[in-house]
Amino acid sequence: MALSAADRALVRALWKKLGGNVGIYTTEALERTFLAFPSTKTYFPHLDLSPGSAQVKALGQKVAEALTLAVDHLDDLPGALSALSDLHARKLRVDPASFKLLGHCLLVTLARHYPGDFSPALQASLDKFLSHVISALASKYR
Amino acid sequence: MVNLSAEEKDHVTSLWGKVDVEKVGGEALGRLLVVYPWTQRFFDSFGDLSSPSAVMGNAKVKAHGKKVLSAFSEGLAHLENLKGTFAKLSELHCDKLHVDPQNFTLLGNVLVVVLAEHFGKEFTPQVQAAYQKVVAGVANALAHKYH
Repeated sequence: MALSAADRALVRALWKKLGGNVGIYTTEALERTFLAFPSTKTYFPHLDLSPGSAQVKALGQKVAEALTLAVDHLDDLPGALSALSDLHARKLRVDPASFKLLGHCLLVTLARHYPGDFSPALQASLDKFLSHVISALASKYR
Repeated sequence: MVNLSAEEKDHVTSLWGKVDVEKVGGEALGRLLVVYPWTQRFFDSFGDLSSPSAVMGNAKVKAHGKKVLSAFSEGLAHLENLKGTFAKLSELHCDKLHVDPQNFTLLGNVLVVVLAEHFGKEFTPQVQAAYQKVVAGVANALAHKYH
């Protein structure tokens, strides 16, 4: 299930197209996740999760930066995400199933905003990429 | 049983009224086979599934997608009794087809992505949340008779 050259090319091309807007889409993905999968809200009792919340936007921006980092280091995701993996394992301890839910909502968000680009092949490559990111994030859990 | 508010039921039925069941069914099943290629295991008799374009253009995939989504559509008319509505299909998927229920969840999520792609702005977070409940309910109902 390694990322093929074709997968990498598709993901990089999409990210180039998203440009500086990644944060907008990750924020929307978070909003969708909290609404569709209320269990995910349990990790954020300290945040205002209402639609339009500045705190969710800030969180979305953090997620965007992490994903962009991942896209820039497709050849070494475990290495690039090592610090984030430590954070999620030691401090945040988010159940990895929740990452999948956010990943799904990110796909939904991108499909909604880029219907013309969201071919089956791109969907497959993005899904693979996200599952690799999730794997890297959860790699230090135990 | 799915726990939908009146507003959520409204979101679901008003969007579904605009869905081309044949087109969306083929699209959803096709994407399932492309994005999760191991799901092709159930469709050896379908012919050429060797590339995304082969899958998406495959007549048998389109026909089967239409069949599946028509059944799903039937479920939407009976949200208060999904287990009853899908009892026979559940037995079929267990006893004859031997389909791992995880596949129902995969297809449900692919359907949500396809709806987002088709409806764009209309597929708000609220509409998505309602549909996530429905696809989870249908997946559950289809798995209910497994033994």
